[in-house]
Parts: sequence; C-alpha cells; structure tokens
Amino acid sequence: MNQFKGKAKILAGGTDLLVQMKRGKIAPEYLINIKNISDLDRIEYDVNRGLTIGSLALIADLQESYTIRDRFPILHGALSQLGTQQVRNIATIGGNLCNASPAAETAPALIALGASAKIVGHGGEKVVKLEDFFVEPGKTVLKIGQILIEIQIPNVSPDCKGIYLKHALRRKLETAIVGVAVSLSTDFEYGPVKEANIVLGAAAPIPKRALKAEQLAKGKKIDQHLLNEIASVASEESSPITDVRATAEYRREMVKVLVKRAFTELIKI
Amino acid sequence: MKHQIRLNVNGAYYDLLVDPRKTLLEVIRNDIGLIGTKMGCNCGECGACTVIMDGRAVNACLILAVQANDKKILTIEGLASGGKLDPLQEAFIDYGALQCGYCTPGMIMSAKALLYKKSSPDRGEIQESIAGNLCRCTGYISVIEAIEAVIKAEKRP
Ligand SMILES: Cc1cc2nc3c(=O)[nH]c(=O)nc-3n(C[C@H](O)[C@H](O)[C@H](O)COP(=O)(O)OP(=O)(O)OC[C@H]3O[C@@H](n4cnc5c(N)ncnc54)[C@H](O)[C@@H]3O)c2cc1C
Ligand code: FES
Ligand code: FES
Repeated sequence: MNQFKGKAKILAGGTDLLVQMKRGKIAPEYLINIKNISDLDRIEYDVNRGLTIGSLALIADLQESYTIRDRFPILHGALSQLGTQQVRNIATIGGNLCNASPAAETAPALIALGASAKIVGHGGEKVVKLEDFFVEPGKTVLKIGQILIEIQIPNVSPDCKGIYLKHALRRKLETAIVGVAVSLSTDFEYGPVKEANIVLGAAAPIPKRALKAEQLAKGKKIDQHLLNEIASVASEESSPITDVRATAEYRREMVKVLVKRAFTELIKI
Repeated sequence: MKHQIRLNVNGAYYDLLVDPRKTLLEVIRNDIGLIGTKMGCNCGECGACTVIMDGRAVNACLILAVQANDKKILTIEGLASGGKLDPLQEAFIDYGALQCGYCTPGMIMSAKALLYKKSSPDRGEIQESIAGNLCRCTGYISVIEAIEAVIKAEKRP
C-alpha cells in the first residue's frame, strides 16, 4: 500500500466509500480490495478469550449470530440498528470503525464492552484499546499502510448488563442523531453499581466515554436523583455539533434522555 | 484500465470488460440490458436497485461490478419461470401492492431474500426486510399483506 503514497483507499464493503466517492468528497486513484486476505471475516468465540471478530465480518452475519445476541446483547442491539438489510448484507464492522464517523453505530457498544483493535502494517502488529482508536471525524490512529484486522472483545461477566440506544428520525436509514451505550454490573437488581461504562455516539467529534458520569455511578445505589445528576454530567461531557439533522442543544438534551432511559432499562431504580 | 469479470445473472454467464468505477447496477442495466432493476437515489437509501447476490438482498448501486465478479446475481427478470410468475409477483398483483411500480422490483427482491432465509417470518421480520425499500405511492400495508399471503399459501399442504 505504501507504493501508492496516500492515493489509495482500502475497500471493504464500500457502503461508505462509494457514497463518499459519488458525492465527490473523495477521489482515490486506487482502491485496494482486501477481500482476498483469508480469515478476515471470522467470528470466533472462546470462553476464555472472548469474542474475536475479523474486520471484514459482515454486519448481517454478526447480527444473525446467536452467540453475539445472547452473550453481547449490547453489540447485537447496535448491529440491528445499523442501516437497512441491504446495507447490512454488504457493510463490514471494520469499515464502520475505520470510516470514523462520530455516529458509527458499533463504536459506543464496542467501547462499552472494553474492545480492542488489532492493527497490522509497517512490518508489525499492535493492539490498541478501541476508545483510543479514533482521532477526529474521519480519522483513526491508522497510518498509511496499516489496516485494522480484528476486533477483540473480552468476555462479559455474568453480572453485567448492557444496552445501546439510538435516536434517529428514520431509524433504519439514518445515522444516529445521538447514540448511547451503557453497560452496568451489579450484584442483584437493586444492588449498587459495581462498574459502569457510558459511551456517547454522535455527541462529540469521536465516540466518547463519559468518564465523570461513570465515576458518579460507580459504587452507588442509583436512585432517581442520582440518575438525573449522572445524565446531566454525561451531557456536560458531550460536545456535539449542530448540523442538518439536529442542533447541538438538542443533542445534549437527548444525551440526558438516553442515559436515563438506558439506566432504567438495565436496573430497577 | 478495464477489468475482465464474469457475472452469473439469472443463471446466464456474462463475460464483461468493465471500468472499475462502474457499479453493479450500471452494468446490469447498461451492459447486460436488464432494466427491471431500477435506479433511484444511487446511494443506498431507496432500495429500488435491490438484487439478490449469493442469496442476499443488496443495493446494486453500492457495489462495484468488479466486486461482484464470480458472484451469483438474481434480478427481477430471473423470478418468473416457464412463463409463470413467481408467487410473490402474483401476490403483488392480487393485493394491489403497486401503483407506479418503480419500487416494486426492489420490494419483491427484498421479500424473496427474506423467504430464502426464513420460511415463515412474522410481520416484524417482513417490515424489517423491506425497511430499506421506499415507496412513494402505494404505502406499505398492501405490500406486507401480499408477502404474508405468499407465506400463508406456502404453508398450506
Ligand atoms: C443507506 C445507508 C444507511 C446507513 N446506515 C448506517 C447506520 O445506521 N449506522 C452506521 O453506523 N452506519 C450506517 N451507514 C454507513 C456504513 O454502511 C457503515 O459505516 C458500514 O459499516 C461501513 O462498512 P463498509 O465495509 O461498507 O466500509 P467501506 O466503505 O468499505 O470503508 C469505509 C472506510 O474505512 C476504510 N476501511 C475499511 N476497512 C478497513 C480496514 N480493515 N482497515 C483499514 N481501513 C479500512 C475504507 O478505506 C474507508 O475509508 C449507512 C450507509 C448507507 C449507504
Ligand atoms: S438506487 Fe440503490 S438504493 Fe437507491
Ligand atoms: S409503487 Fe410507486 S414507488 Fe412504490
């Protein structure tokens, strides 16, 4: 890839790339098809290592996996809300992440699950936490000549529950106006929260953890008052933009609403 | 530089020399001449271009023809056989599930792919399967009823 000196783009499913090319946003001179690299579409589950997903795995194949549905429902939820059936049948999970849209559907759920990205290129490979993978809209830590090859998701402890909520006017056809992934672990339904991950999509230049809100929730028994505070802090941690689909104020408000809704779906409050 | 590809469309093989920037939709319509598959938005949103590739519904406008090399494509023209319409086509007529007909080939291909996957999908699954097919005249109720009628008829012994 280095020989093309930045004039080339990797082609996975092409659902982002082709649309961007048709709109004249990008005009790569070469497209590099990575479909021939074997095993890049694998979906593997191991009780000890957890879930390993090749970057070329199709959104549809992942969505249809009962293993993912049963063991990683938060990810299943995000996959089910990504695009239309026709799009899910060609779109890949690696493409969703590497396109680095602030609204990329799978990112908040994967970050909430503590996923990592395995990167190959420049004669080596490395693994980075997915929360450190995004740099700015449209840009990841990948350098020219590097590709994302797999996503690694550690096993979820049995006391952990998660949910991904997407707000959009036409859920199937639109990228999220705001997306929120929350995963919580508690000993029992009314017990205090041991661990909390709150990840915001389309609410900042990159998918972003609401770290302060997470800290507020940790170790506490959540009541309505505390939940309002957690939601407000999460909203303050967001830095959304105004675009054709929604204003920044609206998005900030929706972060609050979705964080509250997610907690109420997961635990008794 | 053009690329040599082979497509299996509705059971017939086409060996084509194509520009790498051409989409599968353009090749099906312009090079092969099957114009039942429609172009609406040309960017994945309307579903008018839906064809079945290796058993799955896809937007032909989002796939480069070179990516479809060696793949098996089914278009609306490939459904009828021996002068007989596909049950889905019959049901769309019976239930008045079309007006201008522009969305219809795509709708039917989406429904067909659903029935490959599941023999008796529920209403939610039917809705899900055609959520990527926009219709600006008929509405979706009669389309869903037509698909349900086919499922019911196939269940009968
Ligand atoms: C109608 C429609 C609806 C959509 N709805 C949604 C939605 O609801 N939610 C959502 O999140 N997205 C949505 N999308 C966007 C898109 O479908 C997804 O982001 C998809 O997962 C992209 O995957 P792809 O394989 O098609 O990527 P491609 O278009 O092939 O690639 C995207 C980018 O990533 C790079 N890339 C791909 N794979 C790799 C790799 N392994 N290593 C390095 N770089 C790589 C490419 O060079 C390119 O820049 C929608 C798109 C359409 C057309
Ligand atoms: S023309 Fe392909 S989806 Fe509209
Ligand atoms: S019948 Fe006209 S668009 Fe559906």
